[in-house]
Amino acid sequence: MSKFSKKRGKTVPAISTASLPDIIFILLFFFMVVTVLKNSDLMIDVIVPDATELQKLEKKSLVSYLYIGTPKERYRETYGSAPRLQLNDQFATIDEIPLFLEKEKLKIQEQLQPLMTASLRVDREVTMGIVQDVKTKLRKTGQLKVNYSAKQRAKDL
Amino acid sequence: MGRPSPEINASSMADIAFLLLIFFLVTTTIDVDKGITVKLPPWSDEPPETQKLKTRNVYSVLVNANDDLLVRGEPMMVRDLKENAKVFIMNPQKLENMSERPTSAIISLKNDRGTSYGSYLGVYNELKAAYNEIWEEQSQSQHGMPYVDLPFDKKKELRSSIPLVISEAEPTDFAKK
Repeated sequence: MSKFSKKRGKTVPAISTASLPDIIFILLFFFMVVTVLKNSDLMIDVIVPDATELQKLEKKSLVSYLYIGTPKERYRETYGSAPRLQLNDQFATIDEIPLFLEKEKLKIQEQLQPLMTASLRVDREVTMGIVQDVKTKLRKTGQLKVNYSAKQRAKDL
Repeated sequence: MGRPSPEINASSMADIAFLLLIFFLVTTTIDVDKGITVKLPPWSDEPPETQKLKTRNVYSVLVNANDDLLVRGEPMMVRDLKENAKVFIMNPQKLENMSERPTSAIISLKNDRGTSYGSYLGVYNELKAAYNEIWEEQSQSQHGMPYVDLPFDKKKELRSSIPLVISEAEPTDFAKK
């Protein structure tokens, strides 16, 4: 014991660790705030267009997302580079939309089901053809509340 | 050697930590979902009844596969669309070729299957912006307050006196997409 203390003569007082929990909590809070829980891995590139007349989507739980865009680099070999629809974690065809919406509907309370919104996250470069097909399918399915996802445009344009 | 180093005062540590927390809270923006909300018309298998509309009440907007804009037969830039649409809807000079009343004004939007989604939404956005600006102006002149602060029934009244009607036709398919 005295081997080291002899050299220094007296023991150095311990550094107070009382604030360590605070620092840890800070880190925790920080990550809690910045982390966006992704519920689906995007296999396509989606850059939504800019717009000014935006409305917020209020209830996250009432929103189901439909993604349309060109497949990412690593999927091009298998899926080609034509714009594709993605539902949940996989590529889908337009005919799978009704089933997808039905499943989404089951997740929410019955009285809130009419308030369900379909959020179309569509890449700006995609042509309207596929978007139109999706829209027609949504109309046929009776999912009429639709939100075209967009970013706030910078003011001075 | 031999002098005891003084204990570090840690009581301000908490303050520093909170400062950091507040800093990050303020500077971090959480991505909120925003977008243009529309209500699609219900699907019906029967062809829609053809309504005879006066040409002066219809504001036809066409976006072709090259993302060019044709408004009432004339080419136009997207940035001019909003002002032009506002004049059409309100028709302040009571011109013969523009809408009789704001209630009878109908905007007909047609695009091609080859139109890019970005420009389609851009056009849609401008048309919506035209109505939003009109509502704002009306709200200011009638009630003297911004549209967003109006009570719900007043908003509804204003919206039904100048209704937003955007009719979307089946897109053309010249680009074969």
